Amino acid sequence: MDAPRTLYDKLVDSHTVATLDASGETVLLYIDRSVLNEYTSPQAFTGLREARRTVWRPKALLGVVDHVNSTTPHRTLQMPDPGGAEQVAYFARNCRDFGIELFDVLHPLQGIEHVVAPELGFILPGMAVAAGDSHTTTYGALGALGFGIGTSDIEHMLASSTVVYRRLKPMRVEVTGRLPAGVVAKDLVMSLIGRIGADGATGYAIEFAGEAISALSVEGRMTICNMSVECGARGAVIAPDAKVFDHLAARPRAPKGELWARAVEAWRNLRSDDHAPFARTVAIRAEAVEPMVTWGTSPDQAVSVAGVVPDPDREATPARRRDAARALDYMGLAPGTPLQEVPIDRAFIGSCTNARIEDLRQAADVLRGRHVATGVRAMVVPGSSAVRRQAEAEGLDRVFTAAGFEWRQSGCSLCLAMNDDVLAPGERCASSTNRNFEGRQGAGGRTHLMSPAMVAAAAVSGRLADVRRLGA
Amino acid sequence: MQPFRRVAGIAAPFPAANTDTDVIMPKQFLKGIDRRGLDRGVFFDLRFDEAGAPRPEFVLNQAPWAKAVFLVVGPNFGCGSSREHAVWGLAQLGVRALIGTSFAGIFFDNCARNGLLAITLPPETHAALLAAVSRPEGNRLIVDLETQTIQPMAGLAIPFVVEPTRRQALLDGLDAVGLALERADEIRAFEAGHIARSPWLEPDRAQPGSGTPA
Repeated sequence: MDAPRTLYDKLVDSHTVATLDASGETVLLYIDRSVLNEYTSPQAFTGLREARRTVWRPKALLGVVDHVNSTTPHRTLQMPDPGGAEQVAYFARNCRDFGIELFDVLHPLQGIEHVVAPELGFILPGMAVAAGDSHTTTYGALGALGFGIGTSDIEHMLASSTVVYRRLKPMRVEVTGRLPAGVVAKDLVMSLIGRIGADGATGYAIEFAGEAISALSVEGRMTICNMSVECGARGAVIAPDAKVFDHLAARPRAPKGELWARAVEAWRNLRSDDHAPFARTVAIRAEAVEPMVTWGTSPDQAVSVAGVVPDPDREATPARRRDAARALDYMGLAPGTPLQEVPIDRAFIGSCTNARIEDLRQAADVLRGRHVATGVRAMVVPGSSAVRRQAEAEGLDRVFTAAGFEWRQSGCSLCLAMNDDVLAPGERCASSTNRNFEGRQGAGGRTHLMSPAMVAAAAVSGRLADVRRLGA
Repeated sequence: MQPFRRVAGIAAPFPAANTDTDVIMPKQFLKGIDRRGLDRGVFFDLRFDEAGAPRPEFVLNQAPWAKAVFLVVGPNFGCGSSREHAVWGLAQLGVRALIGTSFAGIFFDNCARNGLLAITLPPETHAALLAAVSRPEGNRLIVDLETQTIQPMAGLAIPFVVEPTRRQALLDGLDAVGLALERADEIRAFEAGHIARSPWLEPDRAQPGSGTPA
């Protein structure tokens, strides 16, 4: 009998074209699908052109403009700056010349790549997906192995539908019990990152399992797989179940009819064998998870919103004390300050982590009958144009605008501020995004990460707030 | 790709933990369609003030370290965004090797694809090297990938290990895409079997083009 294997190892094994070293740890990995964007792909296409190489399998690729486009409510082809315009124009030329489908900024299915690809049914369980964006880990929620690659590897993938891949160690994160009321997937993944650190899963691929994971919606699972890269995991998978199959069933690019039935039958085997060996196991009690916010400039600098800004002097090592003190200096925060006393200037609901329809519903639930506090500028940037239309069909846009939020078009937007959605120096933002790095949302900007509902609670409170304590 | 065999030069200390690629290469330098001009962007907000003048307190703006070809970096260097611009910029600035305790996965691969050697050392060895290169009189090193040693000015050579396929690619400056395409028949055979086993993987889209520019 074969040795028991993890789901991650099964996904790697089933895509291994060849082993490239004696240990078998480095393999040539076949890539079923990739999504391309306008900012990490140009030099890859130039490399192909210069070497007179072709794209191996154009129909396995999808191009989406998302990083540099404006999100102003009225859509045009105009980009906010000449550099972005040049990238979008070159992207369109590359997609046309190499025969790759493109969702440009006026396309009805445009949106953030990691929102668009799953809603299309372009990503299916059991696939290997490599793409030029670190948050490609999102696809693990569907039982696919997704991971980010740099531009040189995009070129490799375009030319050969393969990448040179170093096998990771499997880590199991078991989440027992149920998340309490007011606590969501974002809080769960932020508490994992806070616990194991920003490099806690470096060199590992995480498999999430347990009652609390089964209870999550597919969109909630996307949030935790997406953000797993913030603790270093270059892969995060969840065994696909009936929820995933239901989620995919009616998607335009999902298989149909008899092929669908065969696919689902095969997908039911996408799970770790009993007694499969994990290099590390982390256990989390869902009941103990609280609504989380970050206080520093690394995603692991996160605490419960009920807490206070930590004291760097209580860090374990001189290096950690220095890093924490620097983070507080950048963030303009004093140790011991209750987080719920920290005032904000901006509120942002968006990103590939948290701008799907459920995220917007949860934020809207907080905002009904409330209004954004004086002096706070609040924005919603839906994860895709399809999410925007769905939200409008449900009347959520009117909830947001009545509450004082701007209702905008889709894109990566203020998550990384490559377009004209940027924080001014010193501005403090409650943000449903994934990275609180120095300068991430604009030079000198200060980011506090949290769930979309917590962003809504902060927006109406004018300060960081506990969504559980807003009252009726 | 520029091969890496044996390089001598100055090493600068950069001990901050979790240095992300947004800090290494901020967004305003990501707007090109080529790889040019990225040396200016490296650590931009740390290196330069609002007026664009060098910040004297930043290590790479200080005399002995301004010509550094090695950086001794803190844990989890290169975390965050996949932007390869961070590695292109470091290479354009003249950095040939990074010496740390851990690197983020995508960044680590991006380094290898561009001839930038990323060396992982045990924490104690790394701490001693960091202390040495932080002294103006102790910052010259020789990094030798053939013997897999770092030779400081004083003290014993420090051994390191680079995984064999990665090491060979760096030593030879190999074209990875060319190597993969030498296996085109193998890839094609794998692909045919893979789709036959799982026919739903065939993309649901009429072939729109040949994959070749007109």
